[in-house]
Parts: sequence; C-alpha cells; structure tokens
Amino acid sequence: MKLVSFNTLMSRYPALFAGVLLVISVLVNLALQPDLLSGNTINNNMRVFLPIILLSAGQAIVILGGGIDISSGGIVSIINTVLATQVGLQGSTEDMWLWMGISLLIGMAAGALNGFFIAYLRLQPIITTYATSFIFFGLALFILPNPGGGIPQVVSNWYRTTQPLGIPLAFFVIAVVILVWVYTRNTRYGRYLFAFGGRAQAAYESAVPVQMVQFSTYVISGLLAAFSGIAITMLSGSGNAEIGSPMTLNAITAVVIGGTAMSGGVGGVAGPVMGALVVGILQNIVSFADIDTWWETLVKALIIIIALATPGFLNLFRRKE
Amino acid sequence: MKRFTISPPVAALILAVVLFLLSGLLPNGFGSDLDVARAQAVNIVRLAVFLGVIAAGQTLVIISGYEGIDLSAGTVVTLTAILTYVTVKGENDMVLPALLISIVVGGFIGFLNGIGITFLKISPFVMTLGMSGVVQGVIYVINHGNVQGKVAPIMTRVIARPWFGGVPGAIIIWLIFGVLMWLLLERTAFGRNLFAIGTNRITAHLSGVNVTWMNLATYALAGALAGFGGFLVVGNTGVVFLALGNSFLFPSIAAVAVGGTLLSGGKGSYWGTMAGAIVLTLITSLLTTMQMTEAVRRMVLGGTLLLLISIYGRQRGFRQ
Repeated sequence: MKLVSFNTLMSRYPALFAGVLLVISVLVNLALQPDLLSGNTINNNMRVFLPIILLSAGQAIVILGGGIDISSGGIVSIINTVLATQVGLQGSTEDMWLWMGISLLIGMAAGALNGFFIAYLRLQPIITTYATSFIFFGLALFILPNPGGGIPQVVSNWYRTTQPLGIPLAFFVIAVVILVWVYTRNTRYGRYLFAFGGRAQAAYESAVPVQMVQFSTYVISGLLAAFSGIAITMLSGSGNAEIGSPMTLNAITAVVIGGTAMSGGVGGVAGPVMGALVVGILQNIVSFADIDTWWETLVKALIIIIALATPGFLNLFRRKE
Repeated sequence: MKRFTISPPVAALILAVVLFLLSGLLPNGFGSDLDVARAQAVNIVRLAVFLGVIAAGQTLVIISGYEGIDLSAGTVVTLTAILTYVTVKGENDMVLPALLISIVVGGFIGFLNGIGITFLKISPFVMTLGMSGVVQGVIYVINHGNVQGKVAPIMTRVIARPWFGGVPGAIIIWLIFGVLMWLLLERTAFGRNLFAIGTNRITAHLSGVNVTWMNLATYALAGALAGFGGFLVVGNTGVVFLALGNSFLFPSIAAVAVGGTLLSGGKGSYWGTMAGAIVLTLITSLLTTMQMTEAVRRMVLGGTLLLLISIYGRQRGFRQ
C-alpha cells in the first residue's frame, strides 16, 4: 500500500484534520459534561459559537486569497455599537430589520476600504488591516463610548430559542454558509480565488482579474463580519465597543486549525467552521475540567499549539521512514 | 542620471521633525520657548527608545522574509519585565543576573518559535501567535494575580535619569544599540546571510547559506531582543502589570513598516525602524497632548499609519 504524505492528504482534504480534532474535542467535552448532546445544551453552545463561526468563514476567504484581515473584529464592534445605539432596547422589530440591512452595507463598506488599499494601492494586508482595525475600533468607541444600549428583548429571545424542526438556528446558518461556499467554489469566481491565492503572478499572467478578486475577498470578509456582529449583538443583547477585539485572533486560529494554509490557495470554508467549533469547545473543556483559573490560559494555548504542530510532527516522522 | 529619491528612514525622520515643529504651534505647545521644545523633543525620543528596542527583533524577523513576523514580542516583553521585577527585588547586585535572565528567557522563547517555523513548517504568523498565548499563560501562572518585587535604584538611574547634558541614559543606550544593530546587519556574515534568505531562500541555500540555522538564530535573537526590551521597560516605569507589553506589539510592526523595511523581507535597516519608532511615539504623544478622546486618537493613529504606508509601503505591481 502506498502511503500518502500528510501534506498531500491535507491539501486534498483540507478539512480532514479539523474533523479529527472536532471529534476528539467533542468526545473529551462529552466525558466532562455528560449532558453535552442534549438538545438544550447544543442550542446553548451553538448560539455562543455562531459569531466566531461566521467570522472564521470570512477570514477563511481572505486567507485563501493569500491575505489576512486583522480588522474583522473591529467591524464586529462597529455593527454591535450601531445596532445597540440605533435600535435600542425600546426599538421595534421593523427598526431591527432596517438596521440589520444597514449593518450589512456598513460591513461591506468597511471591507471595501481594506480591499481598496490592499488590492488597488498594493499595500501589505497585515499592516493595512492593522491600521484599519484602529480606525474601526475607534469608530465603534466614538459611536458608543461606554458599554450600554441594546436591542429589543424580543429579538434576543428569538435568537435564544428559535429551533426550527427542533434543530438549533445556528445549524441552519452554518448550512447556508457552507452551501453558498460549495456553490461558489465551482464557479469561475471560485477558481479565480484559488488561482490568485496559490500563485498570484501566474494568475495575473493567465488573465485572472487579480485586483477584483483580491478586493472581493475583503468585501466578503466585511460582510461576514457584519453577520457575526449581528449574531453577537443578538447573543449579548447590548452594546460594547470592545466586543470584537478578542474575536479576530480566535477566528484566525479557527481558520488555521481548519487546514487553510496561511500562504493562501489551500483550504475551504467547512474546515474553518469546524475549527471555530473546536476553539469554542476547547473553552468549554477548559472551564469544565476544573482547572485552576490561573492555568486556564496556558492549558488552552498549549492545546492550540499542539494542534497546530501535529501536522508538522507527523510529516517529520514520515520523512524518516 | 540617477533619479532623485528620498530613502524611507530619511523620509520618516523628516516627517518626525515637521510634525514636532507643527506641534509647537498647538495652543499648549512649546511656542517659541526653545528650552521647553528641547525638553519635549528629548522626552519623546526617550519614550521611543523602548518601542525602538522591541522593534529591533521585529526588524530582523521581517527582513528574514517568507512572512517572517514575531507576534510573541508583546508577551515576551511582559514576561521578562515581570521576571526582572521579581529577580531584582530592589537590589543593585541582582541587576546583571536579571538582565541575563531576560535575554536568555526571551531567546529561548524565540528559539522555540524558530523550531516550530523551521522544522514543523508552521507559518511564522501562526506560530508566534500561538506562542504569544502560551507566554501569556505562563505569565498568569507565575504571577497569580500579584507580583512582589521592586526595580533596583541603579536601573532607574541608568535608564530613566539624565547622564550628561540632560540626555537620559536610555537614549545613549539606544544610540549604542543602534550602532551595534547596524554593525550586525551591514558588517557581519549574519547580516549578509539574513538579507540573502529574505530575498530568496533557494538561491541563498545554493550559495552556501545555512538557511535552517539562520532562521533559528534570527528568531532566537529576536526573542532575546524583546527580552532585553522588557528589561528596559521595567527599568523605566518601575512597575509591572499583565498587559505591559501588549501595547508594544503592533506598534513594533508598524515602526518597522514606517521605517521602510519591506514586510515581504530582504530589504530594510534598523535606522529606519528607529525613525519609525520616533514617528509613532511622536504621533501618539501629540494626540495625548491635544486631549483627544480615546476614540479619535485611535482613528487618527490608524489613518496616519494608513497614509504613511500608502506613501512608501506599496508593493510591486504585477506588470513590473
């Protein structure tokens, strides 16, 4: 039997590693928290994980295109503060719908700003989105200097309890995201995206509209960050300009665990979605494992490092054989 | 005829001077009082020293190319600052051991980064990000919420107080440090090889450069420099807290970018980073003196950074 190298396997099935990790983490979590698979717990967990899942999906598109979006957490904060101040606790559901629509436009505009500087002015993604993250967090703080505001109770209740056909809402959202991705992947645009992320120069020489493709990845990331912002606002029910700041790095971790190469061109969206689940479940495990609070951060970080190092380790041994 | 161009370090320095002169026109600026102006300039450069030293390691890994970056620098600074704080305990004799510990611990963390990046093929961004989480975890564990310690009087005297002519020791240390960095980059085999692996690793390998060793050494050295930065920071402030180094992380990358070092590697200088650190510190302190709210301050900082990199941080187009 011919042994394929781990890297070949990973590039053919990028989500495989994340799937394995997901199964392991669910099993560990189940051992610590026996009622994990009861309907109620699943719904509770999924609605907490959903914002990160959406953010990871957007980040995955950018990283696939060979870039990175450090500002996506800032966009989440803007959306959160806009909703919390413009709709308000006393607002009507019509207001909520209106401002959700506007939020999506804001998210895309913020992404377009990133895309303009990176694709058309040819600035480096990491430093550009770092600069815009300051602008976005500053804007969020400008809109809502102190935590407060909110959205109508009805909307948060709806987010908390809606389970069409007995299945948590989050699963439907995830299904839509993955279906859209599976469709997009096989369109001309999808092929352009992989071509650009893999080898930008070659893509340019093959007449791929490189600037348009690169620009679009940031707009998509902005749009998904807006969805993520809406989800986290419904989850928390109130506004806080700093709400998005820990989310960016969690989303990037999720994308990497999900088998997307940081250099671009390899990966998908299903992997990062599973990666985001792993990151969320990890938090559960650490809090249920009765670990001393001071050790929590270290344990979590070590698990992530080990997860990231595993593919490299496996290849190291395979080469020696 | 050679086209007239301004090199990025010079451009950054000119920008710093112009900004500084403009700041004198502010309502609470130094106006026409030369003594105040001089004191303010010295103070800004003194504040830039810490960012500048921490950004030195960042400069090295960024020059080494292939998406080289060190996101663990911030937490390493916090860790070594805390280690210095608890080792010294106010005694002058313990300053040198603390300095040694800072550099060794920083270097070890950087070395681990190098192992992950070189042998396990983890991308630098991800590896150092993960390492930053681990170091943060270590800080929580050794710290347990409160630390007992004190910096030694000699550290404050050497780092924070003026030596002669009103120039604080930190600035003199920084100048010596700058010369050493210049020697390292421009006059040693290490420097030559660093630029070589940053430009093209395959040609560097074929020309006899030990790319693996260079990569390990670069990350270890970057960690050690961040460790040294932590030692200096605590020597200046005299207090430690859990997020001490975090505020240095992204400014250190920004300082490198503003100083004209290509983020894609292979081209850059430490002079540029020094100028970049001064520009960034100047802008931050200007916004503080102008009594901007935190929100406006962040937006202006982000906008300025965007403007600066738009001017000379542009990459090659596909057509060239």
